[in-house]
Amino acid sequence: MHSAPATIRVVIAEDGVLLREGLAGLLERFGFQTVAVVGDAEALKIAVAEHAPDLVITDIRMPPGYTDEGLRAAVELRRAHPGLAVVALSQYVQHSYAADLLDSGDGRGVGYLLKDRVVDVEDFIAALRRVAAGGTVVDPQVISQLVRRRRDPLSSLSAREREVLALIAEGHSNTAIARQLVVSEAAVGKHVGNILAKLHLPQTDDTNRRVLAVLAYLRSDNKER
Amino acid sequence: MSMRTGSPQTALEAVTWRRLLVSSWPWRSAGYLLTTLPLALPAFAGLAIPWLVLVARVAAGDYQVGMLVVLILLGVALIAALGPLIAMPLAELERRRLRMVDARPVGSGHRNAASAGPVAWLRARYADPAAWREVGYACLLATVAPVVSIAALLAAPLTGTFIVSPLLVLAQRPGGGPVALGVGRVATVGQTLPYVIAGVLLLPLVPYLLTLLAGGHAAVARALLLGGPAARLRAELVEVSRSRVRLADAFEAERRRIERDLHDGAQQRLVSLTLRLGLARLDLPPGSPATESVAAAHEQAKQLMAELRELIHGIQPQVLTDLGLPAALGELADQSPIPVAVDAHLAGRLPSQIENTAYFVAAEALTNIAKHSGATSVSVTARQHDNLLTIEISDNGHGGADPHRGADPHRGADPHRGTGLTGLADRVAVAGGRTLLSSPPGGPTLLRVELPCTQHQPPSG
Repeated sequence: MHSAPATIRVVIAEDGVLLREGLAGLLERFGFQTVAVVGDAEALKIAVAEHAPDLVITDIRMPPGYTDEGLRAAVELRRAHPGLAVVALSQYVQHSYAADLLDSGDGRGVGYLLKDRVVDVEDFIAALRRVAAGGTVVDPQVISQLVRRRRDPLSSLSAREREVLALIAEGHSNTAIARQLVVSEAAVGKHVGNILAKLHLPQTDDTNRRVLAVLAYLRSDNKER
Repeated sequence: MSMRTGSPQTALEAVTWRRLLVSSWPWRSAGYLLTTLPLALPAFAGLAIPWLVLVARVAAGDYQVGMLVVLILLGVALIAALGPLIAMPLAELERRRLRMVDARPVGSGHRNAASAGPVAWLRARYADPAAWREVGYACLLATVAPVVSIAALLAAPLTGTFIVSPLLVLAQRPGGGPVALGVGRVATVGQTLPYVIAGVLLLPLVPYLLTLLAGGHAAVARALLLGGPAARLRAELVEVSRSRVRLADAFEAERRRIERDLHDGAQQRLVSLTLRLGLARLDLPPGSPATESVAAAHEQAKQLMAELRELIHGIQPQVLTDLGLPAALGELADQSPIPVAVDAHLAGRLPSQIENTAYFVAAEALTNIAKHSGATSVSVTARQHDNLLTIEISDNGHGGADPHRGADPHRGADPHRGTGLTGLADRVAVAGGRTLLSSPPGGPTLLRVELPCTQHQPPSG
């Protein structure tokens, strides 16, 4: 669909002027094209309708209510534009936010990150690229809390396997995981196989499908809360 | 007579004061007794008419038992029905008038009905013991008080008349009748001598009489209208509780303001600064000295961001402000090292003080449990029935939680747990709630907190 994959066209929705400008500068530095910057959810919807961007970066908490306006706008936009990639920035970890986003569309091209991740410039840009390419990115803190919460079935996993699981859930490919853990890709492949078997999850090579399966598994005890 | 250093505070005290005769007390007492009369009139008119008829009938010997009963019932019913209403303005006036002969502070002995609405007000009024003491006072004011006041006030002219009685006799035209002098009649100047002597002797006593009777009246008024020490203490306690709530509210508002300021100001700037440092870091050639120091600055700024976030969260968790209690309890559960099952279903947002108190309770309890209980699982439930929010936190630990332990330094093996529970109970008490704790040795521990929530906000969004 993207005729020129090098240039990702972005709409930024963020009510804080400083961060908004900072984000725009950051994206420009990395070759994204910022087509609009807006300060609230209504303006975001209008900007998306007008510019048809590849990616939306939106703060979840925006005027006028300062609760989850940005999130609701994002979910709505994804329903209206199934191909639209969205990264939502949150002030704090709220599992229901991540869940709402992942449930919108088929879970592809979605990111849920804590706002503070913005300052880890390169990681943040990499996450944006992954989402724009149809990947799924969920903040490591969300994953680590979910992993921590699912104690019983996860206790059968080894420490290394749990580490790998967290990285899978964050949307990394086997290659990326191998690089991060400084092990061979074959070793990662074996770990992944073991994890999926122990958790009774379907074997797949599609990174994104795998992420979704793991996230669905980790979230499955949400009802308990 | 004891020597007093200060001047007397009340008319009764003034009676035993050496300088009474040259002081203003007798005059003020006379004024007090005099002004009693116009006030007695409405009290009398409002409450005494059936009794008046009754007394008149009995005095005339013209009565039947049935009619007496009807009149008595009517009189009682009148007092019961109208008494608290008639007595209220009267009592208010009397409390003000009390200042003429009583220098001590005067407050209302009432439980003020805080809630608006005439029905609630009336109910509170008729249930208030202070109101019925006021009715009692009004009855006295309608009956005994005017008699005593008139008698006391007549003492002065009577004594004066005794002293000037020879002049009265001389002024009498020859052939006129004897002069009536209260207790007797005199026809000649010689006969007036005992009256003159009595008048001269009694004259200095008149101020004492006036002051004594005014003081007695004032003492009765103070006892009935200000309700004695117990009622005064209760009124003070009510005021102290109210001021405690006001202080807590002000503190709460201040916390919110600080949180907002930090969040909207310092935090935003810091994120922007850190982002700039992160970008600068990329633009510098690798290996240059500047790269290293910018990288260090970037790392420090990131650390500061985390610390500031923690600080702001500690002041007022944003998830609580934005999404309400269930979401905030979920976040608490996620942060707890012990598995916590949260069951919180509320119809909508609660008043913010209630949300804050409930959150504080849960946070404090979970901290205590993690530190001391040895529990392996915790459950937190929040339920709302009518206007009562109930938070229950139970754990499967070894129990023995004691709110008093931390307060007692001699038993302080475990000083935190007790202090935490005391602080928790304090917070709940300020919000008008109750804290119940069951923690037998060996466990399990159940903490139950009930918070009244009066107003209801619609769910946001």
